[in-house]
Amino acid sequence: MTLDSANKGQKIEIINIPDANIRVQAIRLGIYEGSKLICSEKLPAGPVILQNRMQEIAIGRNLARKIKVKLV
Amino acid sequence: MDCHNPITTIDVPENAKKIVLAGNPNVGKSVFFNYLTGLYVDVSNFPGTTIDISSGKFNNDVIMDTPGVYGVSSFNDEERVARDIILYADVILNIVDAVHLERDLFLTQQIIDMGKPVVVALNMMDDVKRNGLKIDIDLLSKELGVEVIPTTAIKGEGLDKVKEAISRARTGNRIKEIKEIIDKVKDNVDTESEALLLAEEDENIIARHNVKDFKGEREHIYKLRRNRVDKIVDKIITETNKDASFKIKLGRMMLKPITGIPILLAALYIMYKAIGVFVAQTVVGITEEIIMGEYYYNFIMNTVGKFFNDTTLIGQLLIGEFGLITMVPIYIFGLLLPLVVGFYFFLSLMEDSGYLPRIAALVDRALTTLGLNGRAIIPMILGFGCVTMATITTRLLGSKREKFIATMLLGLAIPCSAQLGVIMGLIAPLGLKAFIIYSATIFAVFVITGTLLNKLMPGESTDLLIDLPPLRLPKINNVLKKTYLKSVMFLKEATPLFIVGGLLITVLQYTGLLDSIASTLEPFTVGFLKLHPKVSQAFIMGIVRRDFGAAGLNDLASQGLLNGPQLIVSLVAITLFVPCIAAIMVIFKERSWQESALIYIGSFIISFLTAGILAQFIV
Repeated sequence: MTLDSANKGQKIEIINIPDANIRVQAIRLGIYEGSKLICSEKLPAGPVILQNRMQEIAIGRNLARKIKVKLV
Repeated sequence: MDCHNPITTIDVPENAKKIVLAGNPNVGKSVFFNYLTGLYVDVSNFPGTTIDISSGKFNNDVIMDTPGVYGVSSFNDEERVARDIILYADVILNIVDAVHLERDLFLTQQIIDMGKPVVVALNMMDDVKRNGLKIDIDLLSKELGVEVIPTTAIKGEGLDKVKEAISRARTGNRIKEIKEIIDKVKDNVDTESEALLLAEEDENIIARHNVKDFKGEREHIYKLRRNRVDKIVDKIITETNKDASFKIKLGRMMLKPITGIPILLAALYIMYKAIGVFVAQTVVGITEEIIMGEYYYNFIMNTVGKFFNDTTLIGQLLIGEFGLITMVPIYIFGLLLPLVVGFYFFLSLMEDSGYLPRIAALVDRALTTLGLNGRAIIPMILGFGCVTMATITTRLLGSKREKFIATMLLGLAIPCSAQLGVIMGLIAPLGLKAFIIYSATIFAVFVITGTLLNKLMPGESTDLLIDLPPLRLPKINNVLKKTYLKSVMFLKEATPLFIVGGLLITVLQYTGLLDSIASTLEPFTVGFLKLHPKVSQAFIMGIVRRDFGAAGLNDLASQGLLNGPQLIVSLVAITLFVPCIAAIMVIFKERSWQESALIYIGSFIISFLTAGILAQFIV
């Protein structure tokens, strides 16, 4: 599945981020292939918010469609 | 060794050590900086950016602040500036947000991998308890191999210990595999720190050292570092409870449209009340009309005015209607400065509280229809302060396409605070209906232009990926300091243009050229826009600066040459066409000349077309 179909409150593991440039920026914020995060919020048709402890990152819906994840 | 160091703006004595403060955005670096340096602080602007770097003395050494960054690299201007300062530092004081260790320690470990001597200040310790976390500080220190000092800088706790520890800064535990990679590429550059950035494929370091055919290992290194940081964090943090604090709840409310939009509207309403009503009317009423308009003006007329006859050219240039020592200082200090200060005060509040990135997430969906992502809200909001500076910040957008769209929209439909102030003053007496017609027209042009550009331009825009920092109560000292720095920057930029504008208009007027331009344009101004022929004079003024033009309209309105609807039409025209000369110059610098010319000419066409169409309906 892709990140945009994750629901609020679900815990997910990142499987694949296709874009290399996004990959290196995301890894600094703690998002990388294999990291486990909680989808803490989902704005209607807008960004998905991922949370790791106190850290929160907003990911645009289009980008979320390209990120492969699985539920854990 | 410093032959590649581009930091020449900061003066460092020969034997002094460079102590550099580094950390992620909003971790409280400036509190440390102020504590360590005391009163004597230099601020220097980094050429070609909107970034100011503070430096000061600490015993015999020099302390430098850096912009907040998530890592040392070249993804944006802040990072490039921070990178160059960190790269040539002797000692790093790394400020870390204790509740965001998985994010912040990435930078810490990167600095350690550079081989720099480091002291870590573990800041916001009060938040740690509040959020039910426990951190094993001794273990963190052991894992990193450098001293870690717990602090709550905002309350002054631990600052003295940090000050003492700086002399004990040491190199930490480097990641073994990364060290091996550094050793492999070291011969290409001068220092180990540069070698690390070379291995991390930093384009500027590669270019500066003229390294050819280099294959870096950025992703591999980042992954090693990420794994190491996550391992450390897992070892040292225990969570005692999971109740979300009020700040986290408020942060969520700012994101969700159902609560976020009302919060945003409320924030904008407060800003409008404070800047548009209190500053633009009450404060400016005192500064422009009484202090500058009466006391200052009378003083000039009674001193300088005695020596010059204002019917001569020199008299007109100095003390005439657009005189260098009459109109220029009266408008700049009486009218613009209070507005600009008010605006930057609010902007700094939004920045320091962590609200800005939440607005970006909230509006992301809406901005994607204009071919932008939520991040573009930052230059847009900044544009209400000063379009010139905002144009420079469009660099933080991810693609050429977004930069063009954002620059076009900024130049076209975002009035800057100075101009907004004059507009507010002109529109307020006309009533709510006039205000709605004006804002709706500008907003429609903004949306239509953005949507069309998004449809017509080739390529794809980048997506939002933004860190939502914790909400924090901004520190008033920092907010005031930022407001001050940005206002000074504005004065430096606006004053020369007002002088040029004043000179130009006076000469045009004195030689009668202004009247002949006005009469040439008459069929257009009178026929299509349905305005008084003299309005073209204000339009010409507006080419120099939009607010200068708006001030010209102010003049005409007070002479009774424009009625209500005509005033709205002229304001729409003047808002939409070209920003000031400074903005034009920056646009030409930032974008290619073809794109810039398109923006420049396009804004003229759109502005007069819109004003003309509006005139057919309302005048």
